[in-house]
Amino acid sequence: MELVRERIDTAALTQGVKAGGDGAVCVFDGIVRDNTRGRRTLHLDYEAYEEMALKQMRELAAQAVERFGVREVTLVHRLGRLVVGETSVLIVVASAHRGAAFDACRWVIDTLKKTVPIWKKEQFVDGAVWADGEPFPDDIAGDAS
Amino acid sequence: MPATMRVRVRLFGPLREWEAADEGGRELPLGARVSDLVAALRGDGGLPEKLLMASAVAVNQEYAMAGRVLEDGDEVAILPPVSGGRR
Repeated sequence: MELVRERIDTAALTQGVKAGGDGAVCVFDGIVRDNTRGRRTLHLDYEAYEEMALKQMRELAAQAVERFGVREVTLVHRLGRLVVGETSVLIVVASAHRGAAFDACRWVIDTLKKTVPIWKKEQFVDGAVWADGEPFPDDIAGDAS
Repeated sequence: MPATMRVRVRLFGPLREWEAADEGGRELPLGARVSDLVAALRGDGGLPEKLLMASAVAVNQEYAMAGRVLEDGDEVAILPPVSGGRR
């Protein structure tokens, strides 16, 4: 589990995960899109509450192993400025069988996007905005709302 | 025994620009809860209300509910909805 500021080496990380007992490796490679709702994106700036994000990422990976019975989950997120096409988040799930690998991978990215404290600011040709973000799940909506 | 305590308040993402210089933390009455701190921040009036109310709270890097009692020296983070994106 890592937060990095340099390019994520997708191929090396994916290769490095594989072990003899695995029959499936499912990879989610989240990359920077060139637009949001048609507005052209120049770059994204990612920032995190780093100590907490790392903790949450470790917990997510452990939960995925427990819930889906996969062998291993590797999770890397990049911070700082990213341009179109670059990998912002990489999830590699290794498992004996493909069903669990697909399910775990989908669950990890969907949960990460709702709970891991990472924010992105989108720089467009004509201005910058913080991405809206998803409402928090009920069990962590901890404020006075 | 003092009747107050201090917590460190941290703001992130779209709220970060409102983070105050940390001058020993924010003073609260002993026994104050997460909801009291959020109310105090609302009372300050500087933060965008909608964003504050959509935020979650973490105490010492763990999500915390409104009723959580704070302790002297806690690090309390106000976390706006995280990066999201369409499924």
